[in-house]
Amino acid sequence: MSILGNRVRRVEDPRFLRGEARYLENIPLEGALAVTFVRSPLAHARVTGVDTSAAAALPGVQVFTGADVDAPPLGPPPQWHVTEGMVRPLVATDVVRFVGEIVAVVVSQDRASGADAAELVMVDYDPLPAVLSAEESLTDEVLLFPEVGTNVAGRSGKEHDESLFDGCDTVVSGMFWSQRMAAAPMEPRSSAATVDADGRLLYWGTTQTPHTDKMILSGMLGLDPGQVRVVSPDVGGGFGAKMLEAEGVLVAWLARKLGRPVRWTETRSENMLNLPQGRAQRLEFTLGGTRDGTLLAYRLNVLADVGAYPWLGTALPNFTALMAPEVYAIPKVETQTASLLTNTTTTTSIRGAGRPEAAQAMERAIDTFAAEIGMDPAEVRRKNFIPKDAFPYQTATGATYDSGDYEGALDLVLRSAGYDELRAEQRRRREAGDPVELGIGLGAYVEISNPVGETEFGEVEITEDGGAILRTGSFSHGQGHETTFAMIAAERLGLPVERVTVVKGDTDQVPKGTGTFGSKSTQIGGVAGGLAAEAVVERAKELVADYLEASAADVVLDAGRGAFHVAGTSEPSLAWADIASRALEDGRLGELRVSHEFQAPPTFPFGIHLAVVDVDTETGKVVLTRHVAVDDAGTLINPLVADGQVHGGIAFGVGQALFEEIVYGEDGNPMTNTFVGYAFPSAAEFPSFERVEMVTPTPANPIGVKGLGESGTVGSTPAVHNAVVDALLPHGVRHVDLPCNGENVWKALQEAKP
Amino acid sequence: MTRIALDVNGRRHEAEVEPRSLLVYFLRDELGLKGTNVGCDTSSCGACTVLLDGESAKSCTVLAVQADGCEVTTIEGLADGERLHPVQQAFHEQHGLQCGYCTPGFVMATVSLLKENPSPSEAEIRHALEGNLCRCTGYHNIVRAVEAAARAGA
Repeated sequence: MSILGNRVRRVEDPRFLRGEARYLENIPLEGALAVTFVRSPLAHARVTGVDTSAAAALPGVQVFTGADVDAPPLGPPPQWHVTEGMVRPLVATDVVRFVGEIVAVVVSQDRASGADAAELVMVDYDPLPAVLSAEESLTDEVLLFPEVGTNVAGRSGKEHDESLFDGCDTVVSGMFWSQRMAAAPMEPRSSAATVDADGRLLYWGTTQTPHTDKMILSGMLGLDPGQVRVVSPDVGGGFGAKMLEAEGVLVAWLARKLGRPVRWTETRSENMLNLPQGRAQRLEFTLGGTRDGTLLAYRLNVLADVGAYPWLGTALPNFTALMAPEVYAIPKVETQTASLLTNTTTTTSIRGAGRPEAAQAMERAIDTFAAEIGMDPAEVRRKNFIPKDAFPYQTATGATYDSGDYEGALDLVLRSAGYDELRAEQRRRREAGDPVELGIGLGAYVEISNPVGETEFGEVEITEDGGAILRTGSFSHGQGHETTFAMIAAERLGLPVERVTVVKGDTDQVPKGTGTFGSKSTQIGGVAGGLAAEAVVERAKELVADYLEASAADVVLDAGRGAFHVAGTSEPSLAWADIASRALEDGRLGELRVSHEFQAPPTFPFGIHLAVVDVDTETGKVVLTRHVAVDDAGTLINPLVADGQVHGGIAFGVGQALFEEIVYGEDGNPMTNTFVGYAFPSAAEFPSFERVEMVTPTPANPIGVKGLGESGTVGSTPAVHNAVVDALLPHGVRHVDLPCNGENVWKALQEAKP
Repeated sequence: MTRIALDVNGRRHEAEVEPRSLLVYFLRDELGLKGTNVGCDTSSCGACTVLLDGESAKSCTVLAVQADGCEVTTIEGLADGERLHPVQQAFHEQHGLQCGYCTPGFVMATVSLLKENPSPSEAEIRHALEGNLCRCTGYHNIVRAVEAAARAGA
């Protein structure tokens, strides 16, 4: 029986449970100097002088400014189509553009003396007016890059079609901010670097993309890629945000400059200011249709606040636009996006990365439309879903959805939640005049995983003792690949899972890779490993044929016992350990090492969430009491791990719906740079989640698997957002700003009062 | 420098420490016990939770000198050789960890909770673990793990 689909406990768990994890900060590095960054306290200012003398006079302290650093600025890659000339110097020289930007680098014997020295670096600033919102940025009155002449870092879409809503008897519109959020991985970032006797750079980073980082580092430092090794050890969460940044490049540069090992670990407040943030999109929707509930046309305008330097966040509105139609067969869809610079932290991908925003806009639009025509929001959705038999389905925005059953998911969630009973309870409370209203919200979605159709590397090698090593270019920072990828290879090899060791995160041990983001790992990395395992089985058949004096075409693998024999007779047989030892003697073990690169188109995970909230209309307090989630990501390798991915995704999305927000004060001063100011939810803020499994395989890869790491986030925010507004409909509320915390709910109630 | 003496995971340690140094850095940097993680600067996240005389404490909020004469248990001191502590075992079985960074803190906080309240309700568990943050699990399976550990009589 296949191991795939079983709830296999994770093989990587023991080291984390015993306190033996190899997080970067735990790795010893003899004689390493400590790196401390001196950062701008102002959002926008001219730097008129940096006096390092007092700091540099301290024993064992060296200070570097922008003038000392000869590495080029960190620019976005060309495929993001960012306006030219908006690049970030590793260390600011003339101008600082956000609070936290690096103005000098201190190297010291230890971290405490580095902190003391950093205090002594005197920087003269001449404050400039700060641009703190995308709307303000759009006016181009204050430019972040005057020489470029605009704050627009990217745009997409066509001019508005004035006839878009012709034929619609009902048109609704709305606008809200999908607010700025922190990725907030529990492990802050670290970097360390050293140069070996041959001049080769060894760099450790807390990154999701070691191979990409190697290419960027070698390019920026002017090194041959062969002269750089990047290791990403155990990483304590990434959520899309942990990639190579200015800090990491500077650590590598310093190791070469000084010829000494150096290391840096950020504080939480440094992390909250400098780890790129996410969302920060203003969503403006218009949805038109007829009073029978038929949707005819949809327009989505996205205004993204991408922070001080264009980074991945600048390109994400393209995904929002692509996914704008979501799960609905709307004939006409029009999108426009603009990405604007502001004097705030740079933005990047965080869990969902452009797709949550599309679902947030559409699902609010659907509920607004349903309220306008007085139809049950579930029925408006049902009436407009892309039908099950329409796949592959080409959307009005040019996406080709692989597979789906949106109405099936709706039926499942309504049944599982007991929708009719919930509506009855809602009516009962309303009739009784209960100050605590019950709200029910739906969040349907389809998202895009492996969004740019990437290639991933996998290699399987049979070891001397008959076990296997699986090398993957995917990276795992909590997702459990050491178990799920091992399961895929083990199933094909007929070996127990614990006999397959997954190797990742080291560019010397794995020759290539694209890392992990965009929920792509299993569908390309996992599949590549599986195909490599299949190829190893074919190679093994040739060896077995020689050893058993048979034809390779007649040799079969009995996966149940991990042994090969000639078809039709189970003995004699050779197990992997037998083959490995004979191949080792014959010098043929190397034949049992095969690599495979697998490329696949994007897949489109989908689902629908139903949230139930209590909203206290006297205080504005919202409590999420139930969250029922149908998330369909095709075939499941390990449902135990899949559940965990969905749970985490839901919490991230509920965090956005109810609690979290990065806030800047009027002068650009960050107000939420610790876990005291930033509303990171705890266990007390959530109910247990009710996950309902649904499996619709994709034809895009041989396993039928789609991405599952982000989809829970995509569905949960709009479900909870809609539930809060639903609770308040009798009070005349039609909109509540995100996050729907007590303050925003209370404000919406006050504004709705006649 | 101040001289302190304390028991950590059953072993006696005597050391000279700076009065300003925090217990967590004493454990990590002086004793090499890297299992206790640091996740914030504000005593908010609980990644550094250890047992101080049997009760959970955030070791980033305790000065090393305050632990003078105390018994400290860290995540490294929990398992019995190869055999995981029942709370560790429950986190493993219930998939109560993903990236693992918050895990030592949650495990230690759970040991302390179950000592005070051997069969907590779900609401009591969620309330008791409010001082520990996790970004990966949505807390769902952490709560399942605590319930399972309670059933196992941890």
